[in-house]
Amino acid sequence: MSVLLRTEGVHKSYGGVQALDACTVQIEEGEVAGLIGPNGSGKTTLFNVITGYAKADAGEVYLSGRKITNTAPDKVFALGIGRTFQLTRIFPSLTVMENMLVPCRSTRAADRKRAMEQLEFVGIAGYHAAPAGSLSYGQRKLLELAYVLVADPAIILLDEPAGGVNLSLVNNIADRIRELNAAGKTFLIVEHNMEFVMGLCDQVTVLDSGTVVAAGPPDVVRTDRRVLDAYLGEDIVDDADPGEGA
Amino acid sequence: MKGGASRARLAAGARWSALAVLVAAALLFPVVFPDPVLTNYGVFTLIFVTAASAWNVFSGFSGYISLGQAVFFGSGAYAVGIAARDWQVSGVAVFALLPLAALVGAAIAVPFGLVALRVRRHTFIVVTIAVFFIFQLMAFNFSFTGGSSGLPAPFLSWQAASYNNPFYYIALASAIGIIAVAWLIRRARFGLQLRAIRDDEDRARGLGVRAMRVKLAAFTVSAAATGLVGGLWFLYLTQVEPQSGFDPLFDLSIVLMAFLGGLGTIAGPVLGALIIEPGQLYLTIRFTNGYYGEILLGAIFLAVVLFMPRGIIPTAGEWIRRLTTRGRSALPVGAPQAPGPVPRGPEGPRRRPGAEDPPPEASEAPAREARQ
Repeated sequence: MSVLLRTEGVHKSYGGVQALDACTVQIEEGEVAGLIGPNGSGKTTLFNVITGYAKADAGEVYLSGRKITNTAPDKVFALGIGRTFQLTRIFPSLTVMENMLVPCRSTRAADRKRAMEQLEFVGIAGYHAAPAGSLSYGQRKLLELAYVLVADPAIILLDEPAGGVNLSLVNNIADRIRELNAAGKTFLIVEHNMEFVMGLCDQVTVLDSGTVVAAGPPDVVRTDRRVLDAYLGEDIVDDADPGEGA
Repeated sequence: MKGGASRARLAAGARWSALAVLVAAALLFPVVFPDPVLTNYGVFTLIFVTAASAWNVFSGFSGYISLGQAVFFGSGAYAVGIAARDWQVSGVAVFALLPLAALVGAAIAVPFGLVALRVRRHTFIVVTIAVFFIFQLMAFNFSFTGGSSGLPAPFLSWQAASYNNPFYYIALASAIGIIAVAWLIRRARFGLQLRAIRDDEDRARGLGVRAMRVKLAAFTVSAAATGLVGGLWFLYLTQVEPQSGFDPLFDLSIVLMAFLGGLGTIAGPVLGALIIEPGQLYLTIRFTNGYYGEILLGAIFLAVVLFMPRGIIPTAGEWIRRLTTRGRSALPVGAPQAPGPVPRGPEGPRRRPGAEDPPPEASEAPAREARQ
């Protein structure tokens, strides 16, 4: 497998707060990678730097070996990185179908068909004509995933896909990710739900204070002493309770 | 479903028929009411229909409230005046200068937009007002604009009884043109992108929308139409001064028209202009001063913002939907009936959208993009 996404020594500070400190993360093509860490450890900042929403003070971001550091969000998306947000961001005054067409190249029948297929895939096709603002929180999460999928990006960055949704929907989202991954799609997932991360990810990277403290397969990471110290707490080995640290 | 489809076809047919009747009525207005007093109302109203619709193409669709449209209106007027004077254009040939007015409006919009569209919300509004005053001051102080006395338009030796008619039909053509453009934009990807920007610009950028390009294009289209009617207004009034060409009340009027009718809708600004402009003119003519009109304008603005913030068209549409659905959730056609799985979300199986209030995050989304 080749490296699809790589950040190299990324620094980012907000005023006196060092959000990312020499952060180096590597995602292989075709894997589901997890990014965990306590609140304020820099996970979302790293997403923002990768997708162009925040400028790195130093360091580089590479996509398939091509340097994309500090590229504008629209160009990053065009290059093949799609992302969702921690607090779901849809277009509430547009219909569900119109939301789906925002990332499309046109509003013609072929794109509408592809959009409908993705809505069917995530299970909200029945609401295609409804205003997106009338969807429940869980449905919005699915819509956000669907409209990222419709553009068929090389890698999808999911920021807390299981946050604030119930267990059945969490399982539904996990199933969709597995299905897409089986078809070759690469994911990088920020999530506090340990069960979700450990059950889904091939590799897990742990951030603390903007620095990578551990990386490896879930079983290795969950027993790493530095991780237990920094984030999970010693009890996690016996009781991987979702949502702590949130 | 068949019944629904035929109802939709009937509704579309009714809409097109109503539109045809409206256009026919507008075309016949000077024939049926040849009185110059009435056609004068028609000319001004159609100029404002165009200006309000043009404003809506940018501000209504994108959510960027511009209070600098008078920059394009005044520049269009001055462009025609300066060109007619310097190139010694007279007679009917002055109308050939109207495309120049549109071009000047568009040419000003590009640098104006490149500066102003870098900021958002309140800051954007303040920048547009600042640019407006710069243009008004330039018109006052440059010699080629005629200074404070402004510029006269070439005299047209037409009969008084039918003098207004050519202006009326040009204004009507402009209004139909910009309404058609607005309709096409709204249906196209371009319009979708503008509306996505209105909801959440940063999210739209993260989905590949080249926000600056899209906003600038809409701003330029809007400026061109406004510049064109600015030129027409100048030829009609035969005079432009800095304070009338670059008039802050112009911006207030067109914004109010769009708000009253329905921001971001096609029919809203048209309806708003049809209500406000004749009323304002009537008050000005009836009481021989502009104050009553201005007080009324302010009062309407307050009433709209307080009682009908979405405007007439969306509010009326909601009432009609409520009546036709008899209190049931007013979903667009196809939502509950459409085939396909209904998600089993946190709220249990088979719920309808709208059955539960959106989460608090929903209302926070637009606020987040205010970071500048």
